[in-house]
Amino acid sequence: MSEDGANKSRRRFLTGAVSVVGGVGVAYTAVPFLSYWNPSARTRAAGAPVEVDTSTMQPGQKINLTWRGQPVWVIRRSEAALETLPELNDRLRDPDSTVASQQPPYARNIYRSIDPEFLVLVPICTHLGCIPSYMPQPGSLDTNWPGGLFCPCHGSRFDMAGRVYSGVPAPTNLVVPPYRVADNGLIVVGEDEEAA
Amino acid sequence: MSDATTKAQGGVLGWIDARFPLTKMWNEHIGEYYAPKNFNIWYYFGSLALFVLVNQLLTGIWLTMNYNPSAAGAFDSIEYIMRDVEYGWLIRYMHSTGASAFFVVVYLHMFRALLYGSYQKPRELIWVFGMIIYLLLMAEAFMGYLLPWGQMSYWGAQVIISLFGAIPGIGEELALWIRGDYNISGVTLNRFFALHVVALPLALVGLVVFHILALHEVGSNNPDGVDIKKNKDQSGKPKDGIPFHPYYTVKDTFGLGVFLIFFSAVVFFAPEMGGLFLEAPNFEPADPLQTPAHIAPVWYFTAFYSILRAIPDKFGGVLAMGSAIFLLFLLPWIDRGRVRSIRYRGLGHKINLALFAVAFVCLSYLGLRAPSEVYFGLTVTTWAQIWTVVYFGFFAFLFTYTAFGFERTKPVPERVTD
Amino acid sequence: MRKLALILFLGLFSGGAWSAGGSADLMDAQVDVSNEASLQRGANLFANNCMGCHSAKYVRWNALPEALGIPMAMVEESLIYGAYTQGDTINAAMRPEDAADWFGAPPPDLSLTARSRGADWVYTYLNSFYQDPDASIGWNNTLLANSSMPHVLWRLQGVPEARYEESHGELQVAGIRLPEGQQGIMTEDEYHQATRDITNFMAFMAEPVRAKRQEIGVWVIGFLVIFTVLAWFMKREYWRDIH
Repeated sequence: MSEDGANKSRRRFLTGAVSVVGGVGVAYTAVPFLSYWNPSARTRAAGAPVEVDTSTMQPGQKINLTWRGQPVWVIRRSEAALETLPELNDRLRDPDSTVASQQPPYARNIYRSIDPEFLVLVPICTHLGCIPSYMPQPGSLDTNWPGGLFCPCHGSRFDMAGRVYSGVPAPTNLVVPPYRVADNGLIVVGEDEEAA
Repeated sequence: MSDATTKAQGGVLGWIDARFPLTKMWNEHIGEYYAPKNFNIWYYFGSLALFVLVNQLLTGIWLTMNYNPSAAGAFDSIEYIMRDVEYGWLIRYMHSTGASAFFVVVYLHMFRALLYGSYQKPRELIWVFGMIIYLLLMAEAFMGYLLPWGQMSYWGAQVIISLFGAIPGIGEELALWIRGDYNISGVTLNRFFALHVVALPLALVGLVVFHILALHEVGSNNPDGVDIKKNKDQSGKPKDGIPFHPYYTVKDTFGLGVFLIFFSAVVFFAPEMGGLFLEAPNFEPADPLQTPAHIAPVWYFTAFYSILRAIPDKFGGVLAMGSAIFLLFLLPWIDRGRVRSIRYRGLGHKINLALFAVAFVCLSYLGLRAPSEVYFGLTVTTWAQIWTVVYFGFFAFLFTYTAFGFERTKPVPERVTD
Repeated sequence: MRKLALILFLGLFSGGAWSAGGSADLMDAQVDVSNEASLQRGANLFANNCMGCHSAKYVRWNALPEALGIPMAMVEESLIYGAYTQGDTINAAMRPEDAADWFGAPPPDLSLTARSRGADWVYTYLNSFYQDPDASIGWNNTLLANSSMPHVLWRLQGVPEARYEESHGELQVAGIRLPEGQQGIMTEDEYHQATRDITNFMAFMAEPVRAKRQEIGVWVIGFLVIFTVLAWFMKREYWRDIH
């Protein structure tokens, strides 16, 4: 065994070529293993839009839905609750819902909804994923409380539009899922307003 | 990697080496492991077996993520993987084809040991570890085959577990204990699942490590069966040895490429392999009330299944099958010869070994057929009996001509020949 | 030794030619799951003739558009009867209990039949019905005697009768024949094609990914050949050191 007769550059080239082609092969092999973790056809089928009839809801009432395995709340807000919203602006971190990922464009308003009365919300705290408590009654948390959502895990507070208060751990407003309002008071969660 | 041979002092590697024998292990097992330079095509299958083991572990772990180990959900979850999960079909075909590929390479690897006497002194323990791996592999394959919960899964397991029932005295109790139920049921499925995905793979990996450690302790055999450590140069390296890396790593890379072409051909174009790798009745959910018309184990068990069927007595059949495997364990002590390689052994041994290989292949084929089928005027059962005699005859003749000095061997060269 | 190894190696891998069946002679279905036109016709025939009684519970409707090359709207319109929600699988119109009452046993799910029985078996089965006054349902099948399935496609094929042959001193059903005046609306060739289309569609249902895996396989093997050739040159280059 001796490396005297070796053509070093040819050897380097071939070793490099095999490594590169092999590396590409390994990368391609990783694709099925990674794709395997994506939502399956069944999961996606289970993520079909969910309809809810809001015509019989009372002010202050909340309906719990499940869409894509996540909780979704549909809340009919009272006149009083709606009136508090503009007054809270300077106590909030993002009163104008500037973070685009937290709501569809059509819900980017002070009510964070299409119809001001009806709020559709994913009640998952943007801090670490706990479900906040629904506390619509003013004064139910402390004397200064205008009504809203309170996360028991780390004390994050949200108003009746799911907007986060300043000075709490949660960084952003709660998520408003894509939804549309159909005729006869039906709300369809999971279908965009435009697509209707 | 010449710099790996001089012990790295500084840098990250030096820092690690001061705390963990990384360079030392690399050198001992790869960089400065001197393997004979005359390995031929038979020497690819060891590294390929290691590759297939990794394939099985990876794809197996991935399958577990969507598999449902219950009598009600198992079959459906397999179809779920095959249809709904992205690339689930590919992962599953890689696993099912890998199972058969494992046995293909392991059988060729074992036959290599027979050809060149790799089981002889001082490599007895390597062989025994290898045999335990083979035994565990059979258990692993058998239990894995129940998991799809198809008709073949169910009835295959039924037949094999019933074999334990043939053991006098404790048999029935033993079979009941294995099943955990009066019939194969979800209970059986759950324990097989636990063993298949955790216990046996763990044991397999451990034994593979032992197998390789034992090999590297005594050094690799070669097609000439000569001991390369007898001829060393001034620096103490075997004259006929070459470092495993880079010479055998590049060679095995090429071998892997060839293997993967065959492997992919099966995975993408014939995942059922005409019913050999995935049997048609297994696409029907298990039905405890109806046995399929013809049941046969998967091809890699059929040689032993043939031996079982060849004996017209239930316990006798089980005993014959068991000893067919057990005798392989004893091979290093049955073969009393001093010459390892087939190249320098007597004509009698060559014929004996050739017949043994033919017997294994024929028994494997016969095990797939119905016992009543006729070939050249003899039934499958009769043929199986003939080849069973040849199978056991191999060990008897081997012992006889080696222990009593009947074998006329040729002189073994001092150095490897090519 | 090298040759022997190669022969053994190839021998083990050429097992594909070995067939699991070995039963009665089956007709060749000539399955081609990449033939979209055939799959479309097959799906249509399946929806109209089979789905009344048989389910295919593992097959999602929304897996069809890609394989058949038609939009989902068309699948919903022309193949699905009744309500459809996204992700539904193929269900039978008939309830299994009713079916069990009428036929004695619930008609089997057909998702995997083309795999568990084989496509050729399905094709042959569809071409083996004959009128049998002795059978409770009036029909029988030469491939699966006393199967409790009526000849659903009789309007297409016509009404075949049994063809008898003497064997071991007894008259046995050896095949079917179609008497004059009992033809259906299809010629013999058309009926073969129709049943072939159904079989093709069932082969697709048994393994929806079949066409795709063969397509990917060509690329994978092509890639591996390049890799292996390069690896061979690399090995040869390094092994110049060894004398």
